[in-house]
Amino acid sequence: MTELRRRGGGGDPDSTENISDKEADGDDRLAFPGEGEGETEGDSKADTPDVPPSADNTPQCLNKALEGLSSRWKNWWIRGILSLTMIIGFFLIIYLGPIMLILVVMGVQIKCFHEIITIGYRVYHSYDLPWFRTLSWYFLICVNYFFYGETVADYFGALVQREEPLQFLVRYHRFISFALYLAGFCMFVLSLVKKHYRLQFYMFAWTHVTLLIVVTQSHLVIQNLFEGMIWFIVPISIVICNDIMAYLFGFFFGRTPLIKLSPKKTWEGFIGGFFATVVFSFFFAYLLSQYQYFVCPVEYNSETNRFAVECEPSNLFMIQEYTLPAVVQNAVRWKTVNLYPFQIHSIALSSFASLIGPFGGFFASGFKRAFKIKDFADTIPGHGGIMDRFDCQYLMATFVHVYIASFIRGPNPSKVLQQLLVLQPEQQLSIFNTLRNHLREKGMLPPAVEEAQ
Amino acid sequence: MIIGFFLIIYLGPIMLILVVMGVQIKCFHEIITIGYRVYHSYDLPWFRTLSWYFLICVNYFFYGETVADYFGALVQREEPLQFLVRYHRFISFALYLAGFCMFVLSLVKKHYRLQFYMFAWTHVTLLIVVTQSHLVIQNLFEGMIWFIVPISIVICNDIMAYLFGFFFGRTPLIKFAYLLSQYQYFVCPVEYNSETNRFAVECEPSNLFMIQEYTLPAVVQNAVRWKTVNLYPFQIHSIALSSFASLIGPFGGFFASGFKRAFKIKDFADTIPGHGGIMDRFDCQYLMATFVHVYIASFIRGPNPSKVLQQLLVLQPEQQLSIFNTLRNHLREKGMLPPAVEEAQ
Repeated sequence: MTELRRRGGGGDPDSTENISDKEADGDDRLAFPGEGEGETEGDSKADTPDVPPSADNTPQCLNKALEGLSSRWKNWWIRGILSLTMIIGFFLIIYLGPIMLILVVMGVQIKCFHEIITIGYRVYHSYDLPWFRTLSWYFLICVNYFFYGETVADYFGALVQREEPLQFLVRYHRFISFALYLAGFCMFVLSLVKKHYRLQFYMFAWTHVTLLIVVTQSHLVIQNLFEGMIWFIVPISIVICNDIMAYLFGFFFGRTPLIKLSPKKTWEGFIGGFFATVVFSFFFAYLLSQYQYFVCPVEYNSETNRFAVECEPSNLFMIQEYTLPAVVQNAVRWKTVNLYPFQIHSIALSSFASLIGPFGGFFASGFKRAFKIKDFADTIPGHGGIMDRFDCQYLMATFVHVYIASFIRGPNPSKVLQQLLVLQPEQQLSIFNTLRNHLREKGMLPPAVEEAQ
Repeated sequence: MIIGFFLIIYLGPIMLILVVMGVQIKCFHEIITIGYRVYHSYDLPWFRTLSWYFLICVNYFFYGETVADYFGALVQREEPLQFLVRYHRFISFALYLAGFCMFVLSLVKKHYRLQFYMFAWTHVTLLIVVTQSHLVIQNLFEGMIWFIVPISIVICNDIMAYLFGFFFGRTPLIKFAYLLSQYQYFVCPVEYNSETNRFAVECEPSNLFMIQEYTLPAVVQNAVRWKTVNLYPFQIHSIALSSFASLIGPFGGFFASGFKRAFKIKDFADTIPGHGGIMDRFDCQYLMATFVHVYIASFIRGPNPSKVLQQLLVLQPEQQLSIFNTLRNHLREKGMLPPAVEEAQ
């Protein structure tokens, strides 16, 4: 901020020429102390206050149990136990059902958002900016309102039809969301304070990018969930498995570093993790495909006011016979193999998670290194913050959503019907005629003479 | 500039789309260049390539979605196009991921923070510039009037506010909306005619563009001594649009002013003598374009019938049959179909 004071308070509004590179140079050097001469690792005078070595918040009991071990193994055990705890927690939540899962996803989203925004505060010392925290949370609420409104309208169709105020909200949903967002935008513009313009714009951009990454993808996770809990559980398990397997392979066999960004990652871990994950997902998919609880789309039953998970499993989850290619036939001496088609999809998903997923992790590592933080937060002992655990998940969630939309799912019939009923009667009639001809060609309708209703 | 505007309108929809794309690319370029200057990131490896690559990806995604809708007939004919349309989202996502991986691989030890800033700068710019120019084009397809009137409103508001202030800006616009509503060229949705391979702008104007009689409220009746007035319903919508442009539109201008002040630049660029860069002229337009799009989606337009039909034909036969039955009952209730006995085809 010193450059503003030097120039006589608040930037001359009538400065007549575009700032030259040299002046901009000076400004930026002052605005970002420690940045001018390039990043030096371990620069202790960085504007980001160094995170104090993570306070040892492991529970007392664990500490006592691991007293005798050397530091490397102690760390290993702490990570191991916490991993196990998180995995058990994961299965517990799955058992509790879809509503619980949605609440957990929302909770994770809010926590990740909070962690990233807090880092923004620290980087820019923007604790005293007027309105900033309020605005960030306000934008979070707006974007969530927009996304959940779109989902609710689709899946809770019957409930919405019953309640008058809900109908109004659904019909004008986009307009209401946009109006709410605009109110936030205008508040931001009104809150611009003379000496802090740049900081405020940075925080505005920081908030929006965070929203884009965190909220959009958590919403995609929930849409995947509604397709069937298996589309939620299997991708998350694949990413966790890949993390653990890569870590284990790296721990025991690691020698060749993978990428400068993350010195602890090794090629052995990467490749070993890839194969282990593909095998794991193959069998895990087989296990889950047998249960309706996981395979059926989650639907809201308006009579019982509960989520119901019962249906006729689709072809994807029925055992089919595949003929092995000749090469494999000679090796294994089986002609055919019985698989769920979903297992083949799971190979695609696990390949993505092993090969491209780590880029999400490298991105987060680069981010942490850029802003000189060790972990996003200290929420989980030995593991860092929630964001640290979820950084690889996000790319995966988007990929699964795009995968489902492209290869698996057709349009949602009730949504199509809704749209049909909103059209003009003439348009409905013309669509009706086209559909009738189409069905007649397919033989679904008897030709020409309709049975009396 | 205003004469150029009218000239381009005369040349037709394709020209307008190209102009919008050109404006979008220029605005993107201007903002990215500012980012370079702010962060001295001329020497960052790959950065310019990646910014333009992301621009192309996002444009490909958006234009693919539009093309699939509006050029349906053309797409059905060509095999490779069908493949591209069917897996459009997957292809776009794969292209974006390739750019993302390139970014991660291009991270250089001493420049992490700068590279992340430029990555974020690029994405925010894409969000603002590309998304909204795409909304402008969607508005255009609804009917050129939905493109011309909002832009004119903003320009007029700019000029009038500069000359006279708030209130005088609106009256000429209502007359302008009245003028434009009479011509099919402006009012009809732009459609692609696959026989002639041209854009056609002919249709039966919707109710919005037919003169209707409105009874004035009693207060106004005493003042003006007319009982009723003949208006196009569109003129009432144009009052809503111009109110938005006058009251909220300026916030877009304040945002851009704050941005320029924050980064200590006077203009976005020097493209237009006396006016600054393209972005300077278009900063208020962007909020307006989004508002018009949301307005149309909420209050004017229903779902697109050909899109609904497309989705119908993709469903499973059993689902189609059940929808067919529901629709038939619905049409019978409405009296569009004779009850119970269907005429022979």
